[in-house]
Amino acid sequence: MMSAYIDFIRIRFLMMLAYRVNYYSGIIIYAINIGAYYFLWQAIYGDQESLAGFTVPQMTTYIAVSWMARAFYFNNLDREIANEIRDGSVAVQLIRPYSYLLVKMMQGFGEGAFRLLLFMVPGLLIVCLIFPVKLPTDPAVWLIYLVMLFFSFLINSQINILTGLFAFFVENNEGMMRMKRVMVDLFSGVVVPIAFFPGWLSAIMEWLPFQAITYLPSSVFTGRTPLGEAGSVLGLQAIWFGALLLPIWLTWRAARKRLFVQGG
Amino acid sequence: MLAIDVKDLRKDFRVQKNREGLSGALKDLFKREYREVRAVKDISFQIPQGEICGYIGENGAGKSTTIKMLTGILVPTAGELKVNGFVPYRDREKFVNGIGVVFGQRSQLWWDIGVIESFQLLRKVYRVPEAEFRKRLDNLVERLQLGDLLNRPVRKLSLGQRMRCELVASLLHNPSILFLDEPTIGLDIVVKTEIRDFLMQMNKEEGTTILLTTHDLQDIEALCSRVIMLDDGRVIYDGGLDELKTKWSKGREIQFQFAAQTPIGKLQMLTEGLEVSWTVENELTAKLFVPHEVSVSEAMARVVGGADIRDIKIFETNTDEIVRGIYQSGSADAEAAKKEVASS
Repeated sequence: MMSAYIDFIRIRFLMMLAYRVNYYSGIIIYAINIGAYYFLWQAIYGDQESLAGFTVPQMTTYIAVSWMARAFYFNNLDREIANEIRDGSVAVQLIRPYSYLLVKMMQGFGEGAFRLLLFMVPGLLIVCLIFPVKLPTDPAVWLIYLVMLFFSFLINSQINILTGLFAFFVENNEGMMRMKRVMVDLFSGVVVPIAFFPGWLSAIMEWLPFQAITYLPSSVFTGRTPLGEAGSVLGLQAIWFGALLLPIWLTWRAARKRLFVQGG
Repeated sequence: MLAIDVKDLRKDFRVQKNREGLSGALKDLFKREYREVRAVKDISFQIPQGEICGYIGENGAGKSTTIKMLTGILVPTAGELKVNGFVPYRDREKFVNGIGVVFGQRSQLWWDIGVIESFQLLRKVYRVPEAEFRKRLDNLVERLQLGDLLNRPVRKLSLGQRMRCELVASLLHNPSILFLDEPTIGLDIVVKTEIRDFLMQMNKEEGTTILLTTHDLQDIEALCSRVIMLDDGRVIYDGGLDELKTKWSKGREIQFQFAAQTPIGKLQMLTEGLEVSWTVENELTAKLFVPHEVSVSEAMARVVGGADIRDIKIFETNTDEIVRGIYQSGSADAEAAKKEVASS
């Protein structure tokens, strides 16, 4: 059975390869984003050495790494699930002896793996050439960051799945999906590091899963969080991963009860 | 052993009510109103192993909803349900290993990859051993003549080709029950016949139980020994197809072609005293409807004796007409339906 799940990763990977044009345009969009934020922060810093504890090189690295990480953990599982629910093809998924949500997760991972290898790695190389990005030299940081990145993917996908499943309960959850997207980008710290948030907001953020997606791992990678505290960041990610399983399970169970397959 | 055992099965849906106009939309924004719709109303039936059973009814009669409960997709609101010894929605992942499902209007193959890759993926999903898979695939490919389609992506197949592939996909794990939801919809007569022959043969050789919904009554006539008819969420008929025909057919029609123009008044004179009726088709042909109570030979003798006849054809009431009659009356009660049809 496991080999079937692995096949879902493989097939999604191959499908991404087949639709390469999306991928080229994606690289350009990410390069523009990183460039835009780089120059924006340059302007904000002016001749100041550091803001909110970020030095200019740290900020540059933070932006580059956060956007590249986003390339990996980002996926459209919410939209895929919502579409399958709306057009009724979720029925076909339910006659198969596998867990629908696990299959979705695997497909998301296939997409992520594709982006990691063909997007993130070359992208990071290019970004390093253009902008003064300082990557860590300690292999332990790289290793622990990879593990954190995997958790980022898991948590972000869980949030996506939860958002997508709401299509069972409302006729159109398009608005909810858009809101989620903006929330994840803003609160995970991709757009603005959470250190820049007003005190009350960053206090709230500590109780939400978003910062575990980008802000905390990127802080470890840029060296703002020392390696010694990386364990607690990983622990927090693991806790959120576990905690999010419960609402997903409950939503799925409720959804199965009131599933109404559209189109006969 | 029973393949399918259904008792007092019920399914309610909660449907959102959309209020009219801007004020209605605003009200909807804050307080939704719902309407309960009962799609399946306490139905019961049993299907023994190895039977091919037709499940028919008008659009919206609850056929698909029933199939979806039987396959574990939907959770019933009430009632008992046992398929292949499982309660479908409860042990879904285990249960679906023993069934095959084809939705005529929905593909279960992966759109972007080759047919054979879809099959390979299904092999892994259903954990079919490689050797067994090969044997079964070769057999199915030969019987459904899929040979050169296997390497094409699904999106490049015609509907007929796709449907044959869907059948193979649903049978790779050798299920003991096959659910077909409108499997021949939109197919040409050649493919339809091929699929019917294939299903018939499979049922005979492997004893696969088949439950099939369709709007094409020829499917039913070709395949099913038994029919369950549904109307407005209730079973209105459950029994043999022949029985249905004899019970419901009201008589036969005889078409006469005359040598010379024959006015209807004259024809009615000829059959005076018999409970029959005439309809004129054109100047030279007319149809005589003879109910079962009236002897055909007597009616014929009277007409033959009184008019110059070129040709005679006798039509049995076909299943289509019978079923249309039942749908219109919406009742399994043959007498009530007969009256209804007669008065309309």
